[in-house]
Amino acid sequence: MLEVQDLKTFYGKIQVLWGVSLQVQEGEIVAIVGPNGAGKTTLLNSILGLVRPTSGSVTFLGRRIDGLPSYAIAEQGISVVPESGRVFPDMNVRENLEMGAYYAWERRKEALAYVYQLFPRLKERERQLARTLSGGERQMLAIARALMSRPRLCLFDEPSYGLAPLMVREIFEIVQKIREQGVTVLLVEQNVRRALEIADRAYVLENGRICMEGECTELLESDHIRRAYLGM
Amino acid sequence: MNTRKNLRQIWLLGLTLIFLALLATLPLYAPTYTIILMTSILMYIVLTMSWALFSAPTGYISLAPAAFFGIGIYTSAILGTRLPLPAVILAGSLISFCLALLIGALTLRLRGIYFAMFTFGLVELIKNFWLWYEIQFTGTRGRFVIFVDNTTIYYVMLIILALLLLVTYLIRRSRFGLALRGIGECEEAAAHIGVHVNALKTATFAISAIFMGAAGAIMATRWTYVDPYVAFNPLYSFMSVLMAIFGGIGQPYGPILGAAIFAYLEEILITRFPYYYMLIFGIVLIVTVLYLPEGLIGLVANIRKRVAGGQDALA
Repeated sequence: MLEVQDLKTFYGKIQVLWGVSLQVQEGEIVAIVGPNGAGKTTLLNSILGLVRPTSGSVTFLGRRIDGLPSYAIAEQGISVVPESGRVFPDMNVRENLEMGAYYAWERRKEALAYVYQLFPRLKERERQLARTLSGGERQMLAIARALMSRPRLCLFDEPSYGLAPLMVREIFEIVQKIREQGVTVLLVEQNVRRALEIADRAYVLENGRICMEGECTELLESDHIRRAYLGM
Repeated sequence: MNTRKNLRQIWLLGLTLIFLALLATLPLYAPTYTIILMTSILMYIVLTMSWALFSAPTGYISLAPAAFFGIGIYTSAILGTRLPLPAVILAGSLISFCLALLIGALTLRLRGIYFAMFTFGLVELIKNFWLWYEIQFTGTRGRFVIFVDNTTIYYVMLIILALLLLVTYLIRRSRFGLALRGIGECEEAAAHIGVHVNALKTATFAISAIFMGAAGAIMATRWTYVDPYVAFNPLYSFMSVLMAIFGGIGQPYGPILGAAIFAYLEEILITRFPYYYMLIFGIVLIVTVLYLPEGLIGLVANIRKRVAGGQDALA
């Protein structure tokens, strides 16, 4: 479904990605894990068209999307839950959700019904300003907003960041639920254990390069992962 | 919840129509002085509302109203004798629109204070360029503008205001209105969602310039003589911002209220205290910023909340 080939991205003269390649099949949850500063967010931004890669290609459903502006990429059916949610603080929950349906505006009523059924708690808080929500609810709102456009592929940038452990579990359950709804998931995470537990396959990104990839069950067994990320 | 919102909308619409109808019949019985005063007030409402159309939701503080207003004034001064009045006003709007498109496309990547500074510089740039042009090529500094009677000016201004109200309403209830607010709150998230951020900002900036240009084109006919200092007076930019903040920019009627009260205040102060009026203005403004950060409508909302006993506190 999504294929990234030999992607190289620079910030000015500093090279962040050194030829990253990865694939996501329809219906999968694929995780990208790695330490701070490995280039995980840059990789997402390059896929989303927010940063222009210097070379390499990104193909989605057989079409090249690298070099397209970010709104055109969003229209292809890719949406994103940005780092720490980035909800619109002075809009209420419903307005935040409607923003998510920006280019599927005519179908926003159905989309609203769909996400309210997934997140009944948001329905209760429909009129509340996003700034008054708790961290977990905000993350939930960001996920629901990303689903409003009924995407085929949803990218998550550190959904567990800054949340209490119980909330982290809930968010990861939601991610699995979303996959069951037929949305393919590409998950960027620092919480390596949790990410590997729910994903099918994973890529380990270090210093802008993919250093390991494989089935999550295999990766959880590997010495490098156990030593560097799981503290065993 | 929804029906309550709809009721409120119908109520506001009805109120707006009644107001417009009252204003439309004003010249039938009011003295000329009132008509002239009301024209000034309407002009400030148009400038303030069109400023708020773009700047209020996006948070991009534009100091360019004087530039587009001045373009309208000069369009009128140059074309006034050659074209009928509606065509002149249309031309003023169009030229302002095109200029705003160009400027928006070039500068709306600038954020915060840089955008404000650029738009301020723009007014000075156009003023000085035009001064140079007039002296170099026409040999005079000012121009005479064709005479139009007061009632016509008043009606034209009222029509401009009615159209502006309509456009404001249409934008606010569309997805573009929501997206503009999204840009103001978190531009990056808006881009993530797939909003054509730069195109939307530029288009809205240009639409707001249409009304500033139109207002300039009709106002010029009242002044009969203009020069670049009068036409591109940065005070029009500042007034738009101040009146909007005074009224409150969270709701569309905030700028209307602010402009109406401020413009009337200006008239009283100029006639009664000509030497102190800027001073009193300044004090009113400082008090507003200190005690009414959300403007007059914020004050109204607070009082209502208190009267309602906090019922609407969460709404």
